[in-house]
Parts: sequence; C-alpha cells; structure tokens
Amino acid sequence: MEKLSSLTPEQITQDLLPKKFGKWGKIWTAILIAICLIGAYAYYRQIRYGLVVTNMRDYVSWGIYISNFVFFVAISLVGSLITAIFRLANIEWATPLTRIAEIIAVSAIVFASLIIIVDMGRPERFMYLFLYGRIQSPIMWDVIVIMTYFCISLLLLYMPLLPDLKILLKFKEKSGNALHKLYRFQGSFWQGTKAQFKISEKAITILCVAIIPVAFSIHTVTSWLFATTYRPGWDSTNFGAYFISGAFLVGAGGVVVAMYIFRKFYHLEKYITELHFDKMGKLLVMLSLLYLYFNINEFMTPAFKMKKSEAGHLNELFSGTYAPMFWFAIIGGLIVPIIGLLFKKGRKPLPMFVIAILVVVCAWFKRYLIVTPTLLHPFMPMQEVPASYHHYFPSWEEWAIAMGSLAGALLIITFFARIYPIIPIQETLTEKNEAEKL
Amino acid sequence: MENKDTSRRDFLLTGILATTAIVAGCSDKKNPFTPEDTVTPSGKKVKLLSVDGEIIEVDEAFLKPVPHVPPVSIDESRRGIAGKKFVMVIDLAKCKNLKKCQSACNHMHQVHSSQNWLKVYAMEDADHTAPYWQPTQCMHCDEPPCVKVCPVDATFKREDGIVLIDNERCIGCRFCMAACPYSSRVFNWEPSDYKPTGDEEKIYSPENSIPQKVGTVSKCDFCPDRHREGKLPYCVEACPNGVFYFGDINEDTVTNGSETFRFSELIKDKAGYKLMEDLGTKPSVYYLPPVNRSFPFENGLENENETDKKLIAK
Repeated sequence: MEKLSSLTPEQITQDLLPKKFGKWGKIWTAILIAICLIGAYAYYRQIRYGLVVTNMRDYVSWGIYISNFVFFVAISLVGSLITAIFRLANIEWATPLTRIAEIIAVSAIVFASLIIIVDMGRPERFMYLFLYGRIQSPIMWDVIVIMTYFCISLLLLYMPLLPDLKILLKFKEKSGNALHKLYRFQGSFWQGTKAQFKISEKAITILCVAIIPVAFSIHTVTSWLFATTYRPGWDSTNFGAYFISGAFLVGAGGVVVAMYIFRKFYHLEKYITELHFDKMGKLLVMLSLLYLYFNINEFMTPAFKMKKSEAGHLNELFSGTYAPMFWFAIIGGLIVPIIGLLFKKGRKPLPMFVIAILVVVCAWFKRYLIVTPTLLHPFMPMQEVPASYHHYFPSWEEWAIAMGSLAGALLIITFFARIYPIIPIQETLTEKNEAEKL
Repeated sequence: MENKDTSRRDFLLTGILATTAIVAGCSDKKNPFTPEDTVTPSGKKVKLLSVDGEIIEVDEAFLKPVPHVPPVSIDESRRGIAGKKFVMVIDLAKCKNLKKCQSACNHMHQVHSSQNWLKVYAMEDADHTAPYWQPTQCMHCDEPPCVKVCPVDATFKREDGIVLIDNERCIGCRFCMAACPYSSRVFNWEPSDYKPTGDEEKIYSPENSIPQKVGTVSKCDFCPDRHREGKLPYCVEACPNGVFYFGDINEDTVTNGSETFRFSELIKDKAGYKLMEDLGTKPSVYYLPPVNRSFPFENGLENENETDKKLIAK
C-alpha cells in the first residue's frame, strides 16, 4: 500500500483503465471460445438425440452436469464473502479484490442456471417451473434464491462501477465508440455528487446485508437437493454447513487464481500486492480448516457406525473405485493448502497460485464425489439392468458441455475485465486520499 | 322404483364382472342397461362372484367383452377413482422368478428394452439367511418422497392411492428418481424401442402411460386404466403362480384372479410387511414372507441374465 501513495491519481487511473487484449489475451480468449463452441455442438447433439448421448442412466441419474452446477453455486458464494462480509467488517485491504470476487459470483451463477437447464430432459418446459411451480419442492427454493442472488450480485457489481464509468467516459479516444456508448448507456446519469455517493453508499450497505442470508441460502438449499433424500451419503444434517464451508474455500481459491492472472497480465503489482496474497493465504488456511472440520463430521460418524446402507458407499470412497479421486480431493484440496499456506513462503504469489488452482480443481472433483458415488449405492440391489448401468463415466458430450460451461464462465470474466476496470478506480483513489489525510 | 333397482343391480354386475350389456342406442326412453334385443339366452349358465361374495349365475349370452373405452382426461387421471384405495400384496413364497409379470408389464407399457418398471430382485437379507425372489415396482406410497420433491406437480398422489406421472408436465429434472428409495423410477433417455403392432392405445393419458415420452420419468402406474375396464393389472394377470394380489383396501379384498382373500386376514395370517417401513413412506404394496415356498430359490436362476447371475454368485 505504501507504494500507492507515490503514484499520482492520473497514473493510477491510467494503470487501471481496461486494456486491449495482448497476444496472450487473444490466445486465451480464442481457446475459451473454441471450448464453448465444442460445448455448444455437444449440446446441439443432446437436444437432437436426447439425454441418451450422456452416460447417465437410471441409477446415476445425476452426473457431472449436477456436480458442475454445485461447483458453480459454490464458487459464486465468494462474492458475498469478499464484497459483503469484508465490507461490513471494514476489512480495507480487500477493496481491490471486490470486483474480481463479484464478477466470479455473477458469471458462476449464470452458468449454474444454464447447466441446470442443460440437465433437464425437457428444457423446452422450463417455463413450467413458473406456471406450475410447487413451493414445497426444494428445486423451487433453489430457483427462487438463485434468482435473488443473481439480482443482488448484479447490483453489487453495478453500483460500485458507476463512479468508474464516469472516469471511463473521459477516455473516449481510448475506449472507442462502441464501448463509449455502452458506458454512457450504463452510467451517464451518474454525476458523482455528494448526494449520489450517499445514496450509493447506503444502497451498497443494504445490498451487502441482504446478500449474506441469500448467499447462505443458495448453497444450503443446493445441499438440500441431496440431503432431503434418503440416500446414503446424502442423508446428512451436516450438509448445509459442509457445503457452505466448502463453497467459501473454493471461492477464495478462485479469487486467488484470478488475482494472480490479472496481476501478471495487466501489470497490477502495485495494486494487488504481496500483502493481498499473504492475507488471502491466511484466509485460505482458515477456510480449509473449517472445511476440514465439516469433512470430518461428514465422514467420521457414519464411518464409525458403518451402517449397512452407508458402508458400501463409504468403502467405495475410502478404499474402492473412487478412493484415488477421494484422497486426491482431500489431500490436494485440504491438507496441502493447510500445510503449504501456514508458511510465509507459501503465501507468496506463485505458490499461492499453484495451491489455489489445486484447491479449485479438487473442489470440482469433490462435487463429483458428492453427487455420483451415492447414486451407485441405492437401497435396492442393482439388478435387471444392462451392465453399463452399474458404472458411470461421463460421455464426451458431457465433458464438452461441462468444460464449455466452465470456459463460458471464464469468458464472461475475461470480457468483463476487457470492458471494465477489474480493480475499482474510484475506490482506490478515495482510499489513497484517505490514507494521505492520515 | 323397481325398474331403477334392477338397473342398479345390472350395473354392478356389468361393471364388476367385466361384462356389459352393450349399450344400444342410448336414447332417453331406453334404459341403457337393457341387453340388446338380439341377445337370446343360450341356456348355459356361468357362475360368477359378486361384490358381496355371493356366487351368482349369468347366462353365457350376456357375457361380452368390455368395449374399448377411450382413456380418461389428464384432469380425471389426476383425481383418481372415487371411493377406492388400491393395494397390492405380493406373496414371496410363490415367486420363482419367471418374470412373466415383467414381460407383460414392459410390453403393455411399451417400456424400453433395457429398462423395467417391475424388477424381480434376488434378495438375501443377511449372511446365512435364505435367498428369495422379490418382485418390486412402485410402492404407491401414502407419503411419496417423489411427489414431495417434484417442482412442477408432474407426479402426484390420487385419492385412490395411486401415484402417477403426467408425462406432458414432467420437465425431466429426475429429482424424483433421486428421492425414491425403491429405485422404481426409470427415465426415458431415448425413445422407446418398442415395436408397435398397430392396435395400441394412441391417446396418451397418465393412466395408461403410453406412448412413452422421451425426456421424462416413468414408472409402474398400478394400471388404473385396467380398473376402469374392470380388469386386473397386467402383472397380476400374467403371473401363472398367483404371486400378486390386487384389490381395494376399502372393500378389504384382494385377488390374484383365481383366489380372493380378505386383505386384513391375509396380512394377519401370513404376517405381511412392507419394504423399508422405517423410512416412513407408507407403501401400498405389502409382502408376504417367503415361508413354505412353492419352489426352491435355485429354480429361478435360469431366468437371470449373465450380469445378475455373477452378482448373485458374489
């Protein structure tokens, strides 16, 4: 932060203005678009031939679409953590990270909704949810809270953007005509008067308070999609807390990955400093410990009892087919971050980046492990079905669609950073002024 | 008044005994239940069981197949048959895994060849206990977990106790499949490979469940379309060993087509039970334990496919 004080406001503005894609930016975007197109083609095939193109069958009736959905909902929770909780707690170092967190939240929640439609056998009947919706169904609860969360997140992304739009409008020759028009459309009413700032401050505070229970709801309700059934591995009262703690962990991991990449490619070393990595590292340790605690709760008590219905499922996870993936997710997603980030050296940008990627990847596999193995352990024996019903490995269409959705979410973030300042300019300037006053 | 009474008795006879006097010209003046003029009694009498349990005799000439009744509307299928509460009893002592129930059910409901609405499981409750064959289909629970979770009211519980699916409403989210502890639901991943013969019902109704609709969930429907015609479900009719008893708990009667029992007595005498009662789902399907068996378990093995044989061997 000390470095910031040596910079003039003009320099800061120049540094933080959105930049055109460089060589790597273009390659990156092209790859993402290509993955999205492959996903779109796979979805076209699914629409044409039906869900039979997936490898889901009557036992594993939910596959990577649903685990991907859970992953998206999980990672989107970070918006509420960094923006709302930190803001209300007056944690100032987090300011440069708020927009990163919020755009991750918005893009993830958009693709969470899309992937659910992809999973539907009859997507053309989507409107039935509103025409014939039954409020008793946990799916309806999810629809309601996710829509609410999306709206609040969008507002939390938009309102702090208004002062920045005013700054952006000053640089017409830099942004070009089309973007200038977009900025004017979105932010020309913002004069930056004291009264407007006051209203905006108030509104943001209200949104920050409102988003916390909604954020808890989206992931708790998502966990209830599983926990309201009788299935071994899902039938758990621990599920809400287990999901929430895991969600904050993967979200924080996602923010660290984004921080590192933006810092490197947009040369934001003065704004996203080693201090930020250090603080986020400590946060990751805390969240990992929390998630570890709920994992122990989730597995320890049923494994101690080994009830007949649970035993098959647990053995499969601990020492069966899913054991390599399970222990990879536990060690890579929990043990490595806890140990690695306890050391100061581990909290430097590069090791943080590596560990954060591990956290996110392990979290994705963890979601897969939550959804699929349970479905292969129904109460009734698996008989009188073709041999293929006894196993599940996603088809190429499923992989393509799932990866396409992940690429799509990254694409939204990439384009957002191309169009808008990824670090809030106005707030950075304000904080610099305040720091100088002291 | 007298005339009215006769017509009522006639109605009961025709309805319950799966016979009907064909309605010839339903004009206002004519009693719709008077037999056709052309019918001349043949003199041959057939003995039948009335609803009151009396044996009655009817002239053979009056026995006619029920005419084709078009399926009821979706609204009507959501309500159910008034005054009924359907129940099934499965006698495990009689089952030898012939799977006649299954093939009849699959054929009549046009189920995809890799799927079954009715499965005959090879069960063994614990080590050293005796294996037995257990036909299992939708339990038509009184607290159905599938109905609880359905977001669009596509699967519903009717007043006659049957749980049905409206395949024109189902969005294919498959939450019901995750919720059902009996694994009784199947999803139409692709169009059914059933080869139509031409004389199937063409009009869809949740009561007949045909034709199967791709992208939606389906399951055993307890054949309510058959009750409307006074017939027993396909599985009950197809089983040569009389494993399945079907009936109405309000009438306290169940029948497998050849034998009829008081439901309450049958359950009491043979110690009937339900599957996974501890879950609180309150199934409408009861089981009679596999004691004093008609066949040894091994007799059923020949009908098992290779995958399942290996599983059972384990």
